[in-house]
Amino acid sequence: MGKINDILSPFTAWKHLINQPLTIKDPSKRQGADRYRGFHKNDLDACIGCGTCEEICQNAAIDLVPVEGIETRNGDSGLRPRIDYGRCCWCALCVDICTTNSLTMSNEFTWVDHDAEVFRFVPGAENKPWDDKKEGWKKPGSGYELYEPKRVTMEELHPEERDHSFIEIVKGYSHEQALLEADRCVGCGICVATCPAHMGIPQYIKAIRNEELEEGLRILYDTNPLPEICGRICTHKCEEVCSVGHHGDPISIRWLKRYIADQVPEGDYKRILETEKLETNGHKVAIIGAGPSGLSTAYYLAQMGYSCTVFEKLSEPGGMMRYGIPEYRLPYEELDKDINYIKSLGVEIRCNITVGKDITLEELHEQYDAVYTGTGLHDGRSTRVPGTDHKHVYQAVDLLRDITMGKEVPVAKRIVVIGGGNVAMDITRSMARLQKQKYGEVEIIATSLESEHEMPADREEVVEAREENARVIPGWGPVEIEIKEGKVTGLHVVRCTAVFDADRRFNPQFDESEKTFFPGDMVIESIGQGMNLSYITGQAREELKMDRRGRIEVNDYFQTSIPWFFAGGDIIQGPDVIHGIANGHKAAIGIDRFIRQITL
Amino acid sequence: MSKKLFSLNQDRSLFPPNRPDGTIDVDLSSHKYLKIWHGPQHPGITGNMSLELTLLGDEVMDCETHVGYLHRGFEKLMERRKYIQCFPIVCRVAVPEPDFNEYCFASAMEELAGIEIPEAAKWLRTLVLEMARLQSYLMWIGGQGSAFGMGIVGQWTNYCRDLVLDRFEELTGGRIYHMFIIPGGVRGLLPDGFRERMEETLQTVERFMKDVHSTMFNNAVFKKRSVGMGVIDPSWINRFGIVGPNARAAGVPLDVRKDYPYLKYPELDFEPVTGRDSDIYTRADVRRRDLLLTVDLIRQIMAKTPDSGEIRAKTPNVLHWKVPAGETYSRAECTRGEFGYYMVSDGSEYPRRVNVRGPSYTHAVALLEKMIINVNLADVAGLMVSLHTYPPEIER
Repeated sequence: MGKINDILSPFTAWKHLINQPLTIKDPSKRQGADRYRGFHKNDLDACIGCGTCEEICQNAAIDLVPVEGIETRNGDSGLRPRIDYGRCCWCALCVDICTTNSLTMSNEFTWVDHDAEVFRFVPGAENKPWDDKKEGWKKPGSGYELYEPKRVTMEELHPEERDHSFIEIVKGYSHEQALLEADRCVGCGICVATCPAHMGIPQYIKAIRNEELEEGLRILYDTNPLPEICGRICTHKCEEVCSVGHHGDPISIRWLKRYIADQVPEGDYKRILETEKLETNGHKVAIIGAGPSGLSTAYYLAQMGYSCTVFEKLSEPGGMMRYGIPEYRLPYEELDKDINYIKSLGVEIRCNITVGKDITLEELHEQYDAVYTGTGLHDGRSTRVPGTDHKHVYQAVDLLRDITMGKEVPVAKRIVVIGGGNVAMDITRSMARLQKQKYGEVEIIATSLESEHEMPADREEVVEAREENARVIPGWGPVEIEIKEGKVTGLHVVRCTAVFDADRRFNPQFDESEKTFFPGDMVIESIGQGMNLSYITGQAREELKMDRRGRIEVNDYFQTSIPWFFAGGDIIQGPDVIHGIANGHKAAIGIDRFIRQITL
Repeated sequence: MSKKLFSLNQDRSLFPPNRPDGTIDVDLSSHKYLKIWHGPQHPGITGNMSLELTLLGDEVMDCETHVGYLHRGFEKLMERRKYIQCFPIVCRVAVPEPDFNEYCFASAMEELAGIEIPEAAKWLRTLVLEMARLQSYLMWIGGQGSAFGMGIVGQWTNYCRDLVLDRFEELTGGRIYHMFIIPGGVRGLLPDGFRERMEETLQTVERFMKDVHSTMFNNAVFKKRSVGMGVIDPSWINRFGIVGPNARAAGVPLDVRKDYPYLKYPELDFEPVTGRDSDIYTRADVRRRDLLLTVDLIRQIMAKTPDSGEIRAKTPNVLHWKVPAGETYSRAECTRGEFGYYMVSDGSEYPRRVNVRGPSYTHAVALLEKMIINVNLADVAGLMVSLHTYPPEIER
């Protein structure tokens, strides 16, 4: 029976004669699935050319190339990925790792052309038929990330622990936290271009990952001789452009820098940085002002063998870093760590010497081969509204300086601060601490022209000021300081509707109908600082070219119109530590080339 | 003379005498023998390998296997790539069944890194592995049929396989190289309506498998050529490292899914399919029943796979994932048996050594060379396919 069945059974296949034939679908008409990994698309406006797609591609199918119409700008390399379909394996890891989510795939999969060259193309730039296709592979949703989008939380003192003291608020990363945070970096280097000093950020973050902190320190000092300081108070423009920050928190670049500097003991610096023996070349350079740019110039010149003397008006070196930034943000011992290392290279810092009074610029010129000035912005500007000439109306920079110097500072029960920048926040929070110490409670109002989202101060400063019970009330313009019976009683303000005009020029508009009054027994102005160049006298004054805004004109190496005279830092670039450091580095190169008579 | 030519019982006295070890003394200068190359382009050869056959009449006297036509040095490539960059490579080791490579690679990494993947990812991985088994069997069965002259079986099953590939495309975004099982988890949840379309596909597969059964397995020609042919003696199992259906057809129930349970297999209800006679027919039948078991397993998995949930565990940044130093062996049951990845990490961002253990190496080289002796030339392809080997995994 079985045998007969075996002969007859195969004939059952004949039943398929009446069925439709089984055919494979025609690929030219068939739609790919919604998730199909087909041809690439790229949103060129969202893409920042970070090159992470190129980094992950194991086939080297992706190159970052310039694209017409796309300019290099802050946070954008100006390059866009070009994909070679002779190499691509359609794994879509480039899509999954894309930091901006701009790179996606369509579900198109047929593309016929006789020219093999066309299959190497820049998605998004060549008007492909699939550019508008909605279907296709996209990065899977949250929880899938190939790198951690969330930042490792920085531990800080609680408001009630910190609101009455000047102890440093930020505790710094532990070893494990630093490793986790460093791991998040994709190493694209977009930050390097933005950092004024062009620090090797991906490299030193990699050094943290590899637990090679000594190598990390070497990388820091390549471009920045004040890492302890910058690791705390840098304006971290790098983090604003961090590619990871496009869909997540930016890498805590600043805290990671601080981690390296904190971990390496001061005594090891000379060994690690190989500066135990520096040969001198016999040339001498004078530097006016021991702020970030002056110290940076001195450091790099000392590295090259120059004997540097820094002249500082105040009793301690550091400039605004010491006398402007409160101790709770930058403790003095960390400041000293960086400065002591620079001193140990043979840099002489002569404090309490005011150039123009104790020694003139001409004398410096006679005694030294070149002079660099970085005297900074130490003169507070006034709003000049009625009442500002009262003795209980103060300048923020003056008060901050006095706090550092340990002088007795007037602390009223109620204080009004005018200004919305970081200096305003510094004085507000410093005064709030002093109020808490003196009266047990805080009653301080900081008001600015700018609205909440326009305020130039760092967001965290505003948030922390409020945590410390200071009231930050943005969007008001000062009209008059009310003085009754010779005493300051408060500030009259009107609503500020716009700070800048259409051309982004400072041109505040007010709505006079909306008014209010902030009561206070003293008023502190913090609306910006000006420079004092009175030490430049005589022939130098005549020869020195200034630009239309009253700033000294300098070339790319911060050389002024007087060949032996270089200038940098806040007086050239405006207030910013990292700019000052970068200027100092560049100026050091310029001074070296000037002295060695290499054309600048 | 006529007796010699047409008798089914050949006169063995014309054959050279066997040596005590079973081999024969081949003297090519005697002009009694013919040497031919079978492959690497022969459609009956499963992939790119070739057999150097010495024939006497149409009977194989001696065989040497040659591989290397496909060698792409994956294992060495991986030593020069970061772990995540190996992920798009590993699926290419065994083209018809990429998912077992993906799974073994990912699970070896996860084991070294001490990562536990989320529940949904485990179910989805199990699903993908069983889908891979289904489509691989469907392709194999066509090959087995056509090796014995039944072209229609291959057309039916490849149609069915295409439907399974459609499901793969929906779920993973790719038809052949799925790249779905990523270290740390998987790359997506089930798409909308996937369960219904999967059930439809499974029903189509079942319907055609009934046809295959009546056309191929209840077929006097197939039986005549396969029953009693290419018998694997159970005593060879350990000697040759025979695994999977080749071993199960000899009555030895080797199945990694049961022996070393992984993923969600402990929660599934199944028994390894075994046979008794260990010939080509039994092996084919074991695979056919295993295929149907896979259909059943996919239904079980579909019933339990969650529609939502985490799909990937937290891992270090894949761009510089340093897997802790150590070594491990991760295995899974593929259609040919135990598939494994031996991974050594020195704690850097690159694997120090990855060794792929593909079952085809033992089946297609040593075992085939032994079994092919005295097989008729016309049955060589059928015998090879019945061992179900994929040369890419020999030449990693």
